[in-house]
Amino acid sequence: MSAMPDTALQAAPATKARGYWATVGRRIRRDKVSMACAIILVLIFASALLAPWLHLADPYQGSMIRRLRHIGTPGYPLGTDELGRDMLARLIYGGRLSLVIGILPVILAFLIGTSLGLVAGYVGGKLNTAIMRTVDVFYAFPSVLLAIAISGALGAGITNSIVSLTIVFVPQITRVAESVTTGVRNMDFVEAARASGAGPFTIMRVHMLGNVLGPIFVYATGLISVSMILAAGLSFLGLGTKPPEPEWGLMLNTLRTAIYVNPWVAALPGAMIFAVSICFNLLSDGMRSAMDIRN
Amino acid sequence: MLAYTSRRIVYVIPIVLSVALVCFLLVHITPGDPLVAVLPADASQELAAQLRSAYGFDRPLPVQFGLWLWRAIHGDLGNSIATGRPVLSEVMRAVGNTVMLAIAAAMIGFTLGLLFGLIAGYFRDTWVDKVATSVAIAGVSLPHYWLGMVLVIIFSVQLNWLPAVGAGPGGSGAWAWDWEHMRYLVLPAITTSVIPMGIVTRTVRALTGDILSQDFVEALRAKGLRETGVFRHVVKNTAPTALAVMGLQLGYMLGGSILIETVFSWPGSGLLLNSAIFQRDLPLLQGTILVLALFFVLLNLLVDIAQAAIDPRIKRS
Repeated sequence: MSAMPDTALQAAPATKARGYWATVGRRIRRDKVSMACAIILVLIFASALLAPWLHLADPYQGSMIRRLRHIGTPGYPLGTDELGRDMLARLIYGGRLSLVIGILPVILAFLIGTSLGLVAGYVGGKLNTAIMRTVDVFYAFPSVLLAIAISGALGAGITNSIVSLTIVFVPQITRVAESVTTGVRNMDFVEAARASGAGPFTIMRVHMLGNVLGPIFVYATGLISVSMILAAGLSFLGLGTKPPEPEWGLMLNTLRTAIYVNPWVAALPGAMIFAVSICFNLLSDGMRSAMDIRN
Repeated sequence: MLAYTSRRIVYVIPIVLSVALVCFLLVHITPGDPLVAVLPADASQELAAQLRSAYGFDRPLPVQFGLWLWRAIHGDLGNSIATGRPVLSEVMRAVGNTVMLAIAAAMIGFTLGLLFGLIAGYFRDTWVDKVATSVAIAGVSLPHYWLGMVLVIIFSVQLNWLPAVGAGPGGSGAWAWDWEHMRYLVLPAITTSVIPMGIVTRTVRALTGDILSQDFVEALRAKGLRETGVFRHVVKNTAPTALAVMGLQLGYMLGGSILIETVFSWPGSGLLLNSAIFQRDLPLLQGTILVLALFFVLLNLLVDIAQAAIDPRIKRS
């Protein structure tokens, strides 16, 4: 270390050059739509997580005499369902299971698909052909059909529904990861890492992962929207969780019989699915344009 | 063109075989005995063994697959356990209704999607663009089965304009192209059209933006072409990709109709699949999925060929 004052440092401009992710973060925070979506999602997640401490009615406690109350009934701000259970409590508690079965498949598929795509893209050759041709087979099925086929064959249940949705999303994320990795693989810094003696595992983990993760993450965020709709759809068909568990898709199904009596209460669970789904979609769009620094 | 077409067809063969393998294996990942649905609870061991060999479940898996595939190629997908009728005829009858629904939905969704997409892309960042993109993002984020319920609430329960469920006043048997029957198609078709509308809008908007920023558009304007002429060139250039997206969406509508058909009790392949799942009718489940997946593969093939016919550059790559 030199004792002399560092003139180069003093001459540096007053504003520090921001890194890529700091710039992206700043751009997202300035985007009103993305921030509004983030806030709505945080509220929905927090209320689901903190449901037992929110002094809500018992979501399982029904009553034959107060079935299908209207929205705004004193004591039941969002009315009651077909068995007289408080809708507000059921919608908030319902978020717990609905969010897990909607988001977990995407997280699992993100982990599996990114690994597969990274390996396929980096190693290339026969391994790439083997992985990508297998992925192609799953693309021969419309995703709703594939999810329902696997779920229907495995039988009803939360685990089976998560497994089937994971199987649906792995090929999609693998394709994105593979194409991003192939784009990065031939860049100079990878070549430099290889020349300096880094092994394939180190190159993939240290040098490439950070460069491919962004686009895959944005894609996966958008998939959550589809996943929420499909997961609730499976429950709606009777392939997910079982009554009396509060879950948005299942609630929508059991309330179908009530549309002639109290239609707007029957439509509430779907509005929750829609809210989560559109927020993730808008957030994914916001992230994509924030990461496109050239604009 | 012929060379390209035949090459595409050759590519499809391994995909079709893998699809058949996946459909076949679906039955074998099912927990429990596939005979459970047909066997009476107090069936004797001999009867179970007899049925097992009658269905071929006692043979090794690759042999079973070979036999199943051989029969499937000859149009024999076995008999439905629930009704005893041949699976293929059950599926084909139901698919007809699904195709009708998908085509009606495609006419609504694609027309609106193309219109919104072109306008939004051409007048980017104006209020028209903002409205069109909001409609599109709402379309792709809507749980369509919920939209179906909401439409039923508004147009059937509250206004009493349109029927809530079914495919005609006389049940599913007799369809006719008159208003009495077509009324039943309106709500399911609108519900089905929302996702393709959103996706086509988003794709076409992005495409239009990309094309407008290309040099040839500048050149067209520089040589004095009027804006309507420029617009015509833009439309032509969006055609191949828009066609591919619409083909894929049509396939999704055919194969993914189960939720909407359940909401509206529309007697198509989705409702058939639903009953196959809940009655544990495995041959019917297998057969319906195979037929729908093959439709999807075939449709993708046709789109590829049509795309190459429109845009000669694709053939060379």
